[in-house]
Amino acid sequence: MIIFDQVSVVHDGATAPALPPVDAHLPEGELCLLVGPSGAGKSTLLGTVSGLVPHFTGGTLHGRVTVAGRDTRTHKPRELADLVGTVGQDPLAHFVTDTVEDELAYGMESLGLPPATMRRRVEETLDLLGLNELRDRPIASLSGGQQQRVAIGSVLTPHPRVLVLDEPTSALDPPAAEEVLAVIQRLVHDLGTTVLMAEHRLERVVQYADQVLLLSPDSGARLGDPAALLAVSPVRPPVVELGELAGWDPLPLSIRDARRAAGPLRDRLAPHAPSPAAGPPSANPATATPNSAASGSAASGSAAPLAEVSRLTLVRGRVTALHDVSLSVRAGETVALMGRNGAGKSTLLGTLVGMHRPTRGQVTVAGRIPHRTRPAELLRHAGLVPQEPRDLLYADTVARECRTADADAGAAPGTCRSLVSRLLPGIPDSAHPRDLSEGQRLALALAIVLTARPPLLLLDEPTRGLDYAAKARLIAVLRELAGQGHAIVLATHDVELVAEVADRVVVLAQGEPVADGPTHEVVTSSPAYAPQVAKILAPQPWLTVGQVRQALGDEPGPRDGGPAR
Amino acid sequence: MRRSLPRAPLATRATALHPGAWWLWALGLATAASRTTNPLLLALVIVVAGYVVAVRRTDAPWARSYAAFLKLGVLVLVVRLVFAFFLGSPVPGTHVLAELPEVPLPEWARGVRIGGRVTAEGMAFALYDGLKLATLLVCVGAANALANPARLLKSLPGALYEAGVAVVVAMTFAPHLVADVRRLRAARRLRGRGDRGLRGVVQVGLPVLEGALERSVALAAAMDARGYGRTARVPAAVRHTTTALTLGGLLGVCAGTYGLLAARGAGFGLPVLVAGAACALAGLRLGGRRAARTRYRPDRWGARAWLVSASGAAVAALMIHAAGVFPEALTPPAVPLHAPPLPRWPAAAVLLGLLPAAVAPAPPTGKEEKSHS
Repeated sequence: MIIFDQVSVVHDGATAPALPPVDAHLPEGELCLLVGPSGAGKSTLLGTVSGLVPHFTGGTLHGRVTVAGRDTRTHKPRELADLVGTVGQDPLAHFVTDTVEDELAYGMESLGLPPATMRRRVEETLDLLGLNELRDRPIASLSGGQQQRVAIGSVLTPHPRVLVLDEPTSALDPPAAEEVLAVIQRLVHDLGTTVLMAEHRLERVVQYADQVLLLSPDSGARLGDPAALLAVSPVRPPVVELGELAGWDPLPLSIRDARRAAGPLRDRLAPHAPSPAAGPPSANPATATPNSAASGSAASGSAAPLAEVSRLTLVRGRVTALHDVSLSVRAGETVALMGRNGAGKSTLLGTLVGMHRPTRGQVTVAGRIPHRTRPAELLRHAGLVPQEPRDLLYADTVARECRTADADAGAAPGTCRSLVSRLLPGIPDSAHPRDLSEGQRLALALAIVLTARPPLLLLDEPTRGLDYAAKARLIAVLRELAGQGHAIVLATHDVELVAEVADRVVVLAQGEPVADGPTHEVVTSSPAYAPQVAKILAPQPWLTVGQVRQALGDEPGPRDGGPAR
Repeated sequence: MRRSLPRAPLATRATALHPGAWWLWALGLATAASRTTNPLLLALVIVVAGYVVAVRRTDAPWARSYAAFLKLGVLVLVVRLVFAFFLGSPVPGTHVLAELPEVPLPEWARGVRIGGRVTAEGMAFALYDGLKLATLLVCVGAANALANPARLLKSLPGALYEAGVAVVVAMTFAPHLVADVRRLRAARRLRGRGDRGLRGVVQVGLPVLEGALERSVALAAAMDARGYGRTARVPAAVRHTTTALTLGGLLGVCAGTYGLLAARGAGFGLPVLVAGAACALAGLRLGGRRAARTRYRPDRWGARAWLVSASGAAVAALMIHAAGVFPEALTPPAVPLHAPPLPRWPAAAVLLGLLPAAVAPAPPTGKEEKSHS
């Protein structure tokens, strides 16, 4: 269906090609997952299928991409529109009209389909994606998962034979992601659509993939069986890591396969199982002990809390964003806020730095009331890295950004720059902040916030767009900060991140806390929020591959006595 | 038991009133308002438009613009009164309200006055005049609140459709820009800078524009990939004819308009204008062949649309007629000062504008609160 013939792309002004030479043939009706670290050229390769590369973006395409016999060099994107449906990373940038029904029809109108056909297909697509309730709604009023489904629906109505999706679930909460993936799988199974998809959160998608196209800067591009390729991939989900650690063969890709193979491992781990009271999965034992005491119950504990929220209600317009929320955070503690898109996580973080004024209830950070404190002073007590780190960046070079951060925080010149280098080496001084990769931009924003040394650090959705390597670095940084006594509050959908760093999890639903407790208790009790390792090794309370590795390392005869199959 | 009066159906995609009908109705009211300065009649027009908006608008984003137009109308009125107060009024009057010191102006600025006597007659004249302008604005606001602008653009001829899409995209763009400015201003707080005041807006200007540019490029890519701008192959002869017709038609329209407006040559003006317009329309129609696109569920012009637009037209026609019959009542003179009368027949004519409140499809009620996220 899609044939890549010695494909390589060189962007204008670049010396090296943006992706390794790709030579592959994707058959019809397969779900092919594009795997690779950040910057390996995944988005560029997706662009060559829809023709946006090079017709829209410029650059030089070497080799040939053929989609159902049409050469993308001679066909512009609009001439491939009936064949290839493309959804980019940001669904909001995809919408041309203002209501769901019009959006679904837009592509067909452009192709000139007869009105009767359009009408029928819109109804079919509304049913297929479960959007009928929303058909007259303005798109701007939909949630993230709904918008993503509308975006997919809007490219499905012209009945494309190929669907190209760039990070379709990265911005979504776990239930919404499952909703979208169920739709994608249905398209592949029922309609025979060929799907080419790139996704950083492999743990969500890898079990659905028929094939994996692995792009890595070192070993080039390879297409093949998912299990075989993930064994050598530089990026892989926890289930594969655990499988490799335990020596399972073939490597499991789904929780189900892994559980079938996990019996002997569970037996081996049983004597080492962390007792439920031993608390956090932090790899740093020094911080683990005091935290677990503090995290057990919010009310008890000796140290005065750094941040205290009591009976906070926040009403915006006619919407109650937060309702009766109480929360206290102590030094050295890492708290994860979870919950659906729009559950009030970001609003709660914003309230802690005084961006919103509480309607009722009290918020104090280090004894101050955030919205009444001057920003320059509050900076030294609480720092927030927003969901979009670039919101914090105004200057046109990294060096200038760091200088203004030093000045804002009253820190010694060079403080911010040295923090940047420590968090992520190799960010050039002269780079424009918008040209950095997601991981680099996050490191820069985090360094700017840390320049003022706030004891309370807030992060909103920090792993969006990060690959596993960048995420591992972030986890190490957060553990170190917690060890130095920073209190950290994360709002995130990423259950694997929560399993790695959080001592305590608070789940919000419709602005109200519905669960609050130590990480292992909260996440293992809910299928949506449980990390993969917990699902595989349940009922034992393991959360991360790191814990398992440590436990097996303590065991006298490691690995060689592993469960063979 | 069935009601004796058939009630208007609930507005759905299928029964929604053609947006053009709402515009014709509103323009009819506006025409009526432009024929009178009687404040009672103008107030009646505002009330009629306001009532129809109140009972027939949806809770869509564009429907919220009505309040903005109302505020704009009040602003116009206030500005007109303030100017009349400080700059004086050409209307002679005897009821002096206040005596301001007059600023002496040089000879070349004769005819301009700053300060001086403020008379009740002058202020009344300014009030009537300002109220007329404000009423026109309220009528336009009513059309805006009742008719979906995107759907109106969908009714454009095929050749103009792509321009229409550009307008729709631009319209959705502005709210995004405002949201960006808000978000980035709030983010300034996180860097320890003030989030209020003008400086906040100026400093986020560049990042906001950069973000807007990135978003437009992403949207352009998405539209290209979805087939925007696909054209059908059209024979060269048709293409050339289209160009000739459109260009010739536009030239004809220009020449005709000139002829109509110039002192001499009114004789050739009208025919040339009509011929030019016909050519241009034919060109547009032919040009539409190049566009391969079709329309999904276009709005239909049904009996209700006829009734709504007819009610607006009737108000306009009756008021134009009344302006000839009761000139005194429709444009009450400011001198001598007296309370304006309410002419019975013109007032009844304005009430005809209430017809849409009964015949236009009603917006769905009892809808669940939208779950905001």
